[in-house]
Amino acid sequence: MAQDLTLNHDAELAGAKQRRTIWIVFGILFLITAVEFVIAFTVDRGNTRNIIFIVMTLVKAFYIVGEFMHLKHEVKSLVYTIILPLVFVCWLILALLVEGSWYNGGWMRFLLG
Amino acid sequence: MANTATVSTGASNAWAGGKKPFKASYGKLMMWFFLMSDAFTFSSLLVVYGLIRFSSSVPWADPEKVFTHFPIITETFHLHPPLAFVGLMTFILIASSVTMVLAVEAGHRMDRKAVEKYMLWTILGGLAFVSCQAYEWYNFIVGGHPSMREFWDGGLEQWVTGMYQGASLTVNEYCENPDFANLFFFITGFHGSHVFSGVVINFIIYLNVRKGTYDKRGHYEMVEKVGLYWHFVDLVWVFVFTFFYLV
Repeated sequence: MAQDLTLNHDAELAGAKQRRTIWIVFGILFLITAVEFVIAFTVDRGNTRNIIFIVMTLVKAFYIVGEFMHLKHEVKSLVYTIILPLVFVCWLILALLVEGSWYNGGWMRFLLG
Repeated sequence: MANTATVSTGASNAWAGGKKPFKASYGKLMMWFFLMSDAFTFSSLLVVYGLIRFSSSVPWADPEKVFTHFPIITETFHLHPPLAFVGLMTFILIASSVTMVLAVEAGHRMDRKAVEKYMLWTILGGLAFVSCQAYEWYNFIVGGHPSMREFWDGGLEQWVTGMYQGASLTVNEYCENPDFANLFFFITGFHGSHVFSGVVINFIIYLNVRKGTYDKRGHYEMVEKVGLYWHFVDLVWVFVFTFFYLV
């Protein structure tokens, strides 16, 4: 009985800690999105701005997948099983953007602004 | 008995079964693999968006000028705040992702009332998002944006002389390249259908929670699984938001 109570207490404590993390992550996601809006209306279009947006998106993705989807706290082999195949996506991005650049010098236009 | 057998045979019998190298259940693993395949589909769509945009021989549409409708504010005060509505949609989806993860957390504590409450908020958020998207589509299809009107009066006579208003799969007022509207319909539509099926699945799980199915089962893992799906939908929107609306 006494053991039961301590167990419950521990679970309650862990739960409170988890809820705190959830709200912190929410704050981070909200803040990043807000900053993205500010940048969208203050910084001129161009390469720098796009890179900032992409980095911020990846940060948001890290928090969503890591904390909300709990992947950060899974076994390492599971983490890599999910993350490593995304190399194919990187390859696809590179391949198709390079391919796309052959039409009308699009990629060069993007690089030179 | 099973315990002693594992201990005595040692590591050489790692493939004999009964071990979980990923420390996750079959159902959860399969959800992860499904989401991975879905991630490939969505990234293909977004990468193709990049390809077509880069290779477009005419200037691409400016999303800040296209997505300027905000309910009530636009209809009553004729104001057109750029990207404000899509920002609200993003906020709604992130908030519903938070209520989902709170439901999962309540499930760990076997707190049925809290799971019910948070699942319901998540479903409401999902419905709100899909409704917002319907409004967005409506305005996109009907068209006649004032910022575009300046565009028409100012220049681009070569193609605007037809004064095409709105958007379809073959022609749209925002961009000479019809693929802009095609990609809008395809990418946001595919994401929207994911949100919609997420709402349906969440609702089924919500009914099960109410019925006490998971109390009887002894764990709320089903809530975790639909939670994974729902967070994934939110994750995809984060990317769509960046690559379609911001960049």
